[in-house]
Amino acid sequence: MGDAVSALGIAAQALEIVAALALAPLLAGWVGQCRAWLQNRKGPGLLQPYRTLHKLFNKDSVVAAHASPLFRTAPYVIFGCMTLACGIVPTLSTDLPLSPAADAIALVGLFALARVFAALAAMDIGTAFGSLGARREMLIGFLAEPALLMVFFTAALISDSTSLTTIVRTLAAREIGIQPSLALAAVALVMVALAENARVPVDNPATHLELTMVHEALILEYSGRHLALVEWAAALKLFAYACIGMALFAPWGVARAHAPLALLLALPVLVAKLAAAGCALALLETLSAKMRIFRVPEFLGMAFLLAVIAMLVRILLGAGPQ
Amino acid sequence: MSAGPQLVALLALCAAWLAIGVAGLAALHRFHIVARVLFPAGGAVALAVVAAALPAVWGAPEMAVLPLGLPGLPFHFRLDGLSALFLLVLGGAAAGVSLFSAGYFRQSEGTAPGLLCLQYHVFLAAMALVILADDAYAFMVMWETMALASFFLVTSNHRIAEIRRAGYLYLLIAHVGALGILLCFGVLQANTGDYSFANMRAQHLSPFWASVAFLLALGGFGAKAGLVPLHVWLPEAHPAAPSPVSALMSGVMLKTAVYGFLRVAYDLLPAQLWWWGVVVLALGLASAVFGVVFAAAQSDMKRLLAWSSIENIGLIFAGIGLSILFAAYGMRAVAALALTAALYHVASHAFFKSLLFVGTGAVLHATSERSLGKLGGLMRVMPWVGWATLLGVLASAGLPPLGGFVSEWLLLQSFLFTPGLPNSFLNMLVPVVAAVIALVAALAGYVMVKFYGVIFLGQHREDKLAQAHDAGPWERLGMAWLVAGCVALGLFPAQVIDILAPVTQLLVGASLAQADGGSWLLVPVSVERASYGPLIFFAGVAASFGLAYVLVRRLYHGRLRRAAPWDCGFPWQTARMQDTAEGFGQPVRQIFEPLYRMRRELPSAFDARPRYAVEVGDHFWYWLYLPLARLVDGAARAIGTLQRGRIAIYLLYSFATVIAVLLWVTR
Repeated sequence: MGDAVSALGIAAQALEIVAALALAPLLAGWVGQCRAWLQNRKGPGLLQPYRTLHKLFNKDSVVAAHASPLFRTAPYVIFGCMTLACGIVPTLSTDLPLSPAADAIALVGLFALARVFAALAAMDIGTAFGSLGARREMLIGFLAEPALLMVFFTAALISDSTSLTTIVRTLAAREIGIQPSLALAAVALVMVALAENARVPVDNPATHLELTMVHEALILEYSGRHLALVEWAAALKLFAYACIGMALFAPWGVARAHAPLALLLALPVLVAKLAAAGCALALLETLSAKMRIFRVPEFLGMAFLLAVIAMLVRILLGAGPQ
Repeated sequence: MSAGPQLVALLALCAAWLAIGVAGLAALHRFHIVARVLFPAGGAVALAVVAAALPAVWGAPEMAVLPLGLPGLPFHFRLDGLSALFLLVLGGAAAGVSLFSAGYFRQSEGTAPGLLCLQYHVFLAAMALVILADDAYAFMVMWETMALASFFLVTSNHRIAEIRRAGYLYLLIAHVGALGILLCFGVLQANTGDYSFANMRAQHLSPFWASVAFLLALGGFGAKAGLVPLHVWLPEAHPAAPSPVSALMSGVMLKTAVYGFLRVAYDLLPAQLWWWGVVVLALGLASAVFGVVFAAAQSDMKRLLAWSSIENIGLIFAGIGLSILFAAYGMRAVAALALTAALYHVASHAFFKSLLFVGTGAVLHATSERSLGKLGGLMRVMPWVGWATLLGVLASAGLPPLGGFVSEWLLLQSFLFTPGLPNSFLNMLVPVVAAVIALVAALAGYVMVKFYGVIFLGQHREDKLAQAHDAGPWERLGMAWLVAGCVALGLFPAQVIDILAPVTQLLVGASLAQADGGSWLLVPVSVERASYGPLIFFAGVAASFGLAYVLVRRLYHGRLRRAAPWDCGFPWQTARMQDTAEGFGQPVRQIFEPLYRMRRELPSAFDARPRYAVEVGDHFWYWLYLPLARLVDGAARAIGTLQRGRIAIYLLYSFATVIAVLLWVTR
């Protein structure tokens, strides 16, 4: 850990967090814009999420009369969790002071912490939609979390480590080629990411029909700055998942040493990769239809099984050439 | 054989507990003395147990012989790292529970307060002495004392028939288990007639007899720990007891079973066979899944926690099974990792489950409701209990940076080493096992959100809840101690592992060497392999929390308006529109339907008074216990036909017997 805490390491860490905070709404805007284009609409423009956040921060927060302090604390906790998550996933550099503090399992725990707070806050007001959203969010969560963990385990078995830094370094050092276990894990991760980020086959970010929504029902009572923080955190979560996917399955271009030049180069590579990922997400969302909530366990069960099979394949073929 | 100072101190502290109990008998109905003097004194003794046991973790084993019991058969006691660790857990959790009890027990509730005080402290002393016992005789006497004391505590509200039934079931299975343990000791002494543990350690049993002893121990201690399929008493007995007693039973008593199992499997048996590990792992996983799935379907808050205890015990046994597996293949370092995970979970479960149970006790006192369907919104009227329980809930859900997460993290880490096992069949099974652990951990989060959300959040489901009062000062003190335990276990894992290291060294001959991470990081093997630094982690979340809080106010504003809830503009919200406990558990019930024995009662569209009822039963009860009970009943009835109750008939039997014997002799 000693060498990681250098001035440059801290600079890389700060750059990474700032980049995540700044780019996350852009990614959300980009996905929205791509969706609009694919649906032959003009779209609100790339900067719409920033305008929304600015507007929400300016507005008063309206809180239900009987809300407990937990309700007002939760947005900050969720935002804090997601910021830390973006700081842990190696996106720009693998040499981060924060990375020894949390490995892949702790990252999953971090997402779970945010989810539990979101669900508790939704139940705090005691409205029908709030508890409905909390129940559905926890349902998706308990199915998606083990699948995500198994995806990480597949990568961890390949690199003999759960440390994200080591995983990215090991995977980036291999020659380009498709490994069956990683391919299966990638499919599982995409499915989990769709479910966890309230994306189309599972949830619709654009819906306002109450009975079909999950994420929107969860945050129905939030307004003003609280809503802004929750929405920003949701964008950060999408960003973090995109970065996890790239770290596991396209780990090229991440700076490995304390070279300022490599860091500077890593930023445009990251933006390019994110743009491609956003495009793919928009395409996936446009091509699929939202499923009923009772189909979601099947969908996520499949992701879970795929991830477990990925692990099995890895162990079966582990002795052979990598 | 000289008695060391720590052991003498600990035995004296057990005697102090007994003395406090007897003093309670003297002050049978003087409630204030019992509550304000004796229970806090018991808590102080528990703290002293912690202080006395802590140095013994690193110290050499100490032994003592007390001339108690039968003549020529004295009690042997021994204090080594393993017993010291479990005494630490016992003292730590009991201190908080005793302080809570000082404020909890009220006058005129079932048993007289003085008698309750006696049973409570005998229970504590018996648990401590079980952990210290060094021969089968002392062990069994203490074990039975513990079972009986807890039986009386469970049935302290004995006027309710349901509680008497729960107590009976508990006593029954406790004795089936005790029988297993007794037979296990019988096998272990290998016909030498010497029942001291020292003799058992010296015996070299053949693999067959070692396996017999091992399976008897697994059955015996598993019955006490609540492993599937011997778990049925647990969700009945734990909720029936007064809440502080439930806390002790779930938090501590289950751990004495874990202790006994470790003592037999690692200390008294010379070597481990690999399939033992597989059996323990399988039973542990079955208990974990079964426990968490049933916890999700409960609508009684204490029952829910009892099922969650089964889940946690399952995780602990899964860790132990994994460590046996590794130890049998000689992978000592990884065995130490898995064992550390199990022991860590022993400690964190003791704290968070005690905290949650005393939390339900405070709720029960304020509202006299146990059913989740009649609670709700208590966070607003009981903020103290609400926040303290929230920390217990987060720890129980295995969320960072609290205690439950560390053990889960260690357990998952040890699974990643299983591809190194030299058995390809096991290598195939292991990913499935890891997946099950991950699923259980995630489901535990679901269960805990249900537990907390339905009790403490939302609107009051009954009007009287608005008048509920927060916990008193003693209760707050007890809860604060337990919260501190949960937080310390979560934030300082490196220090806790320093305490666990001598124990794993003792049991598997290796310990989790704290690699170059320093005291901030938990590093089981190397920083490249895996590391976890909860303090940095916590600081990271807290820093971005604080920065967001300050910056939002600085750059924008901090205005807040209170209004009616929005709820998509629907103005006629009532408390009945929230999810009930049944509603919240519905998705889990649907997904895991085959695991339950469910009976649903659905209203038809034309019912004048539509009623929906669902009853969730346990397959084991219907497929194992009831047939067994019928069998025993039938056998008893068949034998009963011989007993007519008339003296002439019995004389006839004697006469016939004498004739038969005479015929046989003179043949």
